[in-house]
Amino acid sequence: MGLKRTFHLLGSPPTVYRLAGLLGPWVGIAAVILIAAGTYGGLVLAPPDYLQGDGFRIIYVHVPSAYIGLMAYELMAVAASVGFIWHMKIAHAVAVSAAPVGASFTFLALVTGAVWGKPMWGTYWQWADARLVSELVLLFLYLGVMLLRASFDDRDKGDRVSAVLAVVGVVNVPIIHYSVEWWSTLHQGPTIAQLDAPSITMDMLVPLLTMIAGFTLCFAWLILKRVQAEILDRESRARWVEQLVTGASA
Amino acid sequence: MKEFLAMGGYAAYVWTSYGITAFVVTLNVWLAQRRYRQALDAIRPAGTQAEPVRQPTVRRMT
Repeated sequence: MGLKRTFHLLGSPPTVYRLAGLLGPWVGIAAVILIAAGTYGGLVLAPPDYLQGDGFRIIYVHVPSAYIGLMAYELMAVAASVGFIWHMKIAHAVAVSAAPVGASFTFLALVTGAVWGKPMWGTYWQWADARLVSELVLLFLYLGVMLLRASFDDRDKGDRVSAVLAVVGVVNVPIIHYSVEWWSTLHQGPTIAQLDAPSITMDMLVPLLTMIAGFTLCFAWLILKRVQAEILDRESRARWVEQLVTGASA
Repeated sequence: MKEFLAMGGYAAYVWTSYGITAFVVTLNVWLAQRRYRQALDAIRPAGTQAEPVRQPTVRRMT
């Protein structure tokens, strides 16, 4: 299949709606299995940390949440700019869907980070730490994009204006990423993002990667579901939706 | 089991983190499903409720 045809199909609401409906259940089942396995691995199989004891196990919910929070922002910004440039309905539907989900995982990263920080750093929060503050900025960017969009009665206008803010906010992404290296304060450096030698042993790493994969699939499931809803909203007058409803009410 | 729940003295922090995570993830799933159901409901009245493909089973009193 050519690139042009793929792009065309991805821009076709009925195709994406049906594809999402087909993929959804499988993605959901895989997410449940991976998260269950990752939780068991993280809480039971992984050995306690030599420094932090069992307290380090918070990593298995904290890092995946932070990862999704950041990844969702990148997805939202890319989708919003594609929608802005090519006037693609589906792209805007993805951008709208990514915002609340990304915001909730960013919130989760902040809260689990604070709860982890209390016993390890002696404080829930530190304004002087760049990672913490830039992560909070990420949450505000999400809320800003959502509020801005909601402030327009005209959906197209809301899509386009909020897309601009989403793209401008991308400057925060590398700041979050490199904050632990540029300003090393409280937050520790990267754990797994060193390809040559991750600073973590295999029996601790495998549950973490499992959990990240599980969270990613969970995120994918949420986006598929929300994109389906967005498509129905945006295409409510289309003939295929009418036919779908006729069939669905049977 | 008791030792597992104690989490080496970090029980409050570990279980709080996992609890909040479970809550937020579950909330996300619930909200996405509700969002989808609302979208379906919104198009139904305007659509073809009047002529469903298959009639519901109705006992005729005649």
